[in-house]
Amino acid sequence: MSDTPFIEIRHAAKSFGALEVLKDINLTVERGQIVAIIGPSGSGKSTLLRAINELDPLTSGEVWLEGVQINRSLPHRQYEKHVNQVRQDIGMVFQHFNLFPHLSVRDNITLAPKMLKGMSSADANKLAEQQLAHVGLSDKIDVFPSRLSGGQKQRVAIARALAMKPKVMLFDEATSALDPELVEEVNLVMKKLAEEHMTMIIVTHEMDFAASVCDRVLFMDRGVVVEEGPPGVIFQNPKEERTKNFLRKHLSR
Amino acid sequence: MLRVYPFFLQAALVTVQLSVLTCLLGLACGAVGASMRLSRLAPLRWIAAAYVSLFRGTPALIQVFILYFGGPQIGINLDAFTAGTIALGVNIGAYMTETIRGAILSVDRGQTEAARTLGMSKWQTMRKVILPQAARMMIRPLGVNINALIKGTALLAPISVIELTQTAQRFIGSTYKPFEMFLMAGVLYMIFIYIVGQGINWLDRRARIS
Repeated sequence: MSDTPFIEIRHAAKSFGALEVLKDINLTVERGQIVAIIGPSGSGKSTLLRAINELDPLTSGEVWLEGVQINRSLPHRQYEKHVNQVRQDIGMVFQHFNLFPHLSVRDNITLAPKMLKGMSSADANKLAEQQLAHVGLSDKIDVFPSRLSGGQKQRVAIARALAMKPKVMLFDEATSALDPELVEEVNLVMKKLAEEHMTMIIVTHEMDFAASVCDRVLFMDRGVVVEEGPPGVIFQNPKEERTKNFLRKHLSR
Repeated sequence: MLRVYPFFLQAALVTVQLSVLTCLLGLACGAVGASMRLSRLAPLRWIAAAYVSLFRGTPALIQVFILYFGGPQIGINLDAFTAGTIALGVNIGAYMTETIRGAILSVDRGQTEAARTLGMSKWQTMRKVILPQAARMMIRPLGVNINALIKGTALLAPISVIELTQTAQRFIGSTYKPFEMFLMAGVLYMIFIYIVGQGINWLDRRARIS
């Protein structure tokens, strides 16, 4: 079925008790598309991103990847097996990197491919070398994470996610915890991925980056997508008052 | 005075045996207890919580007495050494349950998220990501538990296990030297605890390097 959307989110809703953090969100992402999600903190953008790989399961609604429903309701054991399988196709990069501090950079990258794909040590090592070269950190392969700068950590985290050969990459404020001078090196890696047509969904506070790299921008506020469109439209000609207010605060520096 | 040394040496050996066995049983109870405390299944969590509050909420001496003196009433006939080891092991296991659980919970949630996001199962995440980090954080607090259990073996004197405290007590009658007798026992405990303490320090340092 070629008309099946690559990623489709239907009527996504989520509440924590009485608090509704996502309200009936619909979103489709085509293969190779790069989508930025912007909005004030508490708007639900991270929650939406984390719903895609079931880190924060939805209360109701559906998430589909290539015609496979990710958030299927199944008996516990089958559900676990199912999510472990689908998560291999969805790479995620976190604000705080979450590298494994007890493992070297090499082992951070090879752990999952060896364990989950039964890759041999030799193949996994080759893969780690490739991925590190890709993010420009070949010389750090035998270093432990504590010896890396924030920007380097995040690039290793990206390499680790890419080593699973994901179909889509999710970035959850990947540069928010970085010192300003380290942001650019991570952005460059993300731009490189964009040029390689990796499908990406990026939650970000960096409007310039969203404008220059993304195909589409979603503006979220209080659990709904207020407005979406190409960056040129959203950043230059937003229709909604809420979008204008938000951008006024974030674009004027 | 000289003739008591062999008995003290013998008794010290029993204290070491008791400590080792109690420690192993305690670690086993602690590992099982902690995994139950962290289980997805509520009944397992309740059982483990009840275990912890029961054994931490009553004196260890009472637990020893119940098993050794009360046991035969319900058909459990154990010699003093066995009953004492089981009672103390299960008792320290309650403390170790909390120590192990605490160390596991102290590993940043982001670690679990990162591992699960890569597609690793809960068990794979626990084994390869969480436990190696938690183990490092357990060494010192488990050392405190072990220190307590070594001193706790003195609680088996009243049920006549021939360990250090009991031996000191036994020789007061014939030597009329309670001060020396208890001092001797105290010094032997201290030597043992010092050695174990050094072992813990060594482990802790080694775990930190990488």
